[in-house]
Amino acid sequence: MAAPEILAKYDLTIGIECHVQLATKTKLFSGADNDARFKDPNTVVNPIDFGLPGMLPVLNHEAVKLAVRAGKALNSKIANVSRFDRKHYFYPDLPKGYQTSQMYHPLILGGSVEAPREDGSIVKVRLDHAHMEEDAGKLTHNGDHSLVDLNRAGTPLIEIVSQPDMHSAADAKAYVTELHRLMTYAGVTNGDLYHGNMRFDVNVSVAPKGATELGKRAEVKNLNSFRSVERAAEYEFNRQVELVERGEEVAQETRGWSDATGKTTSQRSKEDAQDYRYMPDADIPPIVLTDEEIADMQIGLPTLPSVYRERWKVLQLDSSVVNAVLNYRPVAETLDAIVERYGAGDVARRVFHWFASMQAGDFDVTAVESGLVGPQRLSELSIMLGDNKLSSTGAKEIFLDLFKEEYTGKMPAEIAEAKNLLQVSDESAIAAIVDEVLADAANAASIADVKAGKDKAIGFLVGQVMKKSQGKANPALAQKLIRAKL
Amino acid sequence: MSKIADYLNQSAVENVKQAIAKARQNESYHALLSLTETRALERAAKVDNGLIGGRLKGVPFVVKDNFLAFGAPTTAASKMLENFNAPLQATAVEKLEAEGAICIGKANLDAFAHGGSTENSAFGPTKNAFDQTRVAGGSSGGSAVVTALDIVPFALGSDTGGSIREPASFNGVYGIKPSYGTVSRYGVVAMASSTDTIGCFTTNAADAELVMSIMSGRDPKDMTTLPDFFAPTAVKPSQRIGLVKDFMSEGVEPEVRDRTNEYVAKLRAAGHTVEEVELPMAKYALAVYYIVVPAEVSSNLARYDGVRYGHRAEAVKTLAELYGRSRDEGFVTENKRRIMIGSYVLSSGFFDAYYLQAQKARTLLVNEFDQLFTDYDALIGPVAPMPAFALGANTADPIKMYLADIMTVPASLAGLPAISVPAGKTSAGLPVGVQLIGKRRADAQLLALAKSLECDEVKN
Repeated sequence: MAAPEILAKYDLTIGIECHVQLATKTKLFSGADNDARFKDPNTVVNPIDFGLPGMLPVLNHEAVKLAVRAGKALNSKIANVSRFDRKHYFYPDLPKGYQTSQMYHPLILGGSVEAPREDGSIVKVRLDHAHMEEDAGKLTHNGDHSLVDLNRAGTPLIEIVSQPDMHSAADAKAYVTELHRLMTYAGVTNGDLYHGNMRFDVNVSVAPKGATELGKRAEVKNLNSFRSVERAAEYEFNRQVELVERGEEVAQETRGWSDATGKTTSQRSKEDAQDYRYMPDADIPPIVLTDEEIADMQIGLPTLPSVYRERWKVLQLDSSVVNAVLNYRPVAETLDAIVERYGAGDVARRVFHWFASMQAGDFDVTAVESGLVGPQRLSELSIMLGDNKLSSTGAKEIFLDLFKEEYTGKMPAEIAEAKNLLQVSDESAIAAIVDEVLADAANAASIADVKAGKDKAIGFLVGQVMKKSQGKANPALAQKLIRAKL
Repeated sequence: MSKIADYLNQSAVENVKQAIAKARQNESYHALLSLTETRALERAAKVDNGLIGGRLKGVPFVVKDNFLAFGAPTTAASKMLENFNAPLQATAVEKLEAEGAICIGKANLDAFAHGGSTENSAFGPTKNAFDQTRVAGGSSGGSAVVTALDIVPFALGSDTGGSIREPASFNGVYGIKPSYGTVSRYGVVAMASSTDTIGCFTTNAADAELVMSIMSGRDPKDMTTLPDFFAPTAVKPSQRIGLVKDFMSEGVEPEVRDRTNEYVAKLRAAGHTVEEVELPMAKYALAVYYIVVPAEVSSNLARYDGVRYGHRAEAVKTLAELYGRSRDEGFVTENKRRIMIGSYVLSSGFFDAYYLQAQKARTLLVNEFDQLFTDYDALIGPVAPMPAFALGANTADPIKMYLADIMTVPASLAGLPAISVPAGKTSAGLPVGVQLIGKRRADAQLLALAKSLECDEVKN
């Protein structure tokens, strides 16, 4: 790793290409099922995807519509005329020997993404364009042979090409994270990174601070998580600075990333770069869209993250909390409904914090999406906490329970009752326990401490009350009563 | 004069048996690569039992072997697809079958339709119907010869730069290349996507009208197909017709010019006006064609890689070797030549100079045609500069072979309908065809004109 003062002498520049699989029912040019998840190899492939002789592409207009909606989320202009081109190379996962793409006249022009960094500041990334294309299949290498699965071949993609507007690994992570939000909010992709719904190619170069020309860039291909984008960018920054410091040249090349080693390795140099022999695809007439048609396609786009950020400012939440809950559109929509119903007070704020404290995988977002864990249950839970009917620990426990199969359909109050988590806020009941605790000789020392002004000791006494009440006493009330009695 | 009509009221089984018997008698022409006898007889029995009917009830026909069709492999006359059995049929074939027609066999062609003589077939050349020492023309040579030999009343072909018109001319039959987009290309092995068209061979214009009206129309499986427009029509009287001077130069054999002029005289006698017109861009058409078409060929043949179907080389050690040897063994020399030219003109650094420049010249040619069609209803000229040449005469010199296409490629590049009409013979007894070129989508009008002047049938 290069020392921080060395790194500080260099500017890092990053541009990112992002492939987004569109969530259409069928493929870009065939009627085959577009959802290849959990399918046996080569079972969602038809003669068009298979590249049989005489087969012709039939453009899926649903894919065009989703791409046009993605363009809206990206602040882009939609071309009135765009065309498909063929990109030629030989590989067993590419059945036609060419990928149908848009080289010369892409559908989506320009645009920009304003991505929040973790500290809440914004990096604005301009977009060059985004084009439609088809995905390739998948190869599995197996010792002396390789297996071809064409299930994914022909899945519609848009490739979003950014300008080199990012200057730190954190910028890169912020950008891809926001891009993921935008594409899932726009409803154009399932956004399942594990299944490759979004994949990133990160172009990294370094140059001495203040230099007017960018350095030679290396492209790290096929990253499939925000974290790996950030790590790969960080690694490349260090690697390239070290090369330059040693007086060596950075090679313009394609590199691969390994999550396991945390390193990039050279895959293909510029000299080996393929000549794709792009040419217009005469089998597919141009996509011609009037401004009215474009506007029609963009109607009803769901609320985007930036709108929520603006709307939720009144809650005065930390930007990390806001951005965490914005990672999932159904969560954002649910929270927004709670804000709308209960205002920007604690009822909503508590639910924001519950979601923000969750790690990916801690809860099932589809339960939120389906409304199973919806505004009603969540606000009820929050109100119970506000009314001291639950401890904050108990409330958090029930929050997690709401997602569990055994509590499906249960209201928070039912769960609280079933699990015996309801707090005792009946003053006379707690007063009786307080009296017992204060009368217990074992607590005499603590009582003396409190009386002597050692306020910390009151926590011990509250703890004793909680213990005797089997956790059901309202601790704030217990403390109040202890103070009053001493 | 319709020949198809003769078959309609016969037993379909008899029609098929006779056609197959005649095909067997004429095996020496090597016009057919396979017979689909079993399936044809099954279908014929269904027709006779009233289960299948229509406007081509029980009429036998032949497809060029680059149409995906059941009953025998679809080989494209190549080793690459020698054993390829199609899992579905071309739209054109389906439409004909839906009207009761019965495919009895698959016709020879230049491998992947690359050529003008059918000598590029991986399975040996087809011989001319009038002289077995001469070529059938191509690439749809087999389809032209089975029609000329009267084995079937019609046969299907594909025309990318003259592949229907030239063999029709060489064998004395009608051959129509429709406007681009008239007939679905779905299920036909692609050659050049921007000029591939599907048409037919017949012995008269009326049969061509019938077959075209059945095959044409919008197909949701081919985005380039036009909305239905083909409808047989009456001939428009007193047409203005342009005789393309550029097609009547010294390079065209005198007897071919004579037959063309005789046809012009018939047009005038029928009340039409014929004037000489110029098509200056025509001289660039061949150069444009042999840039644009190989580019598209190199792309469309990329799928034949030995991985999923088709010929796969044995005992290969690397992926590169699998590709290299499968393609080397599966393609004929002319396929490889066009792939090489196409890859070259598309490669980075040459694309602008060749491919884009050629497309610009193509646009100028299209504009010239459009300009002429503001004044004229149709254009006329020969189909090819010469009648059928001797087998082997041009095989050593690809440029000489390409020159046979010089008058057919302009209409292909412009997407215009063009038909080859039998116009008599040379003194040596070889047929000569004249070419009528029409406005885009004026296919039916063009056939009506040819029909109104129908020559005495060329007798074998």
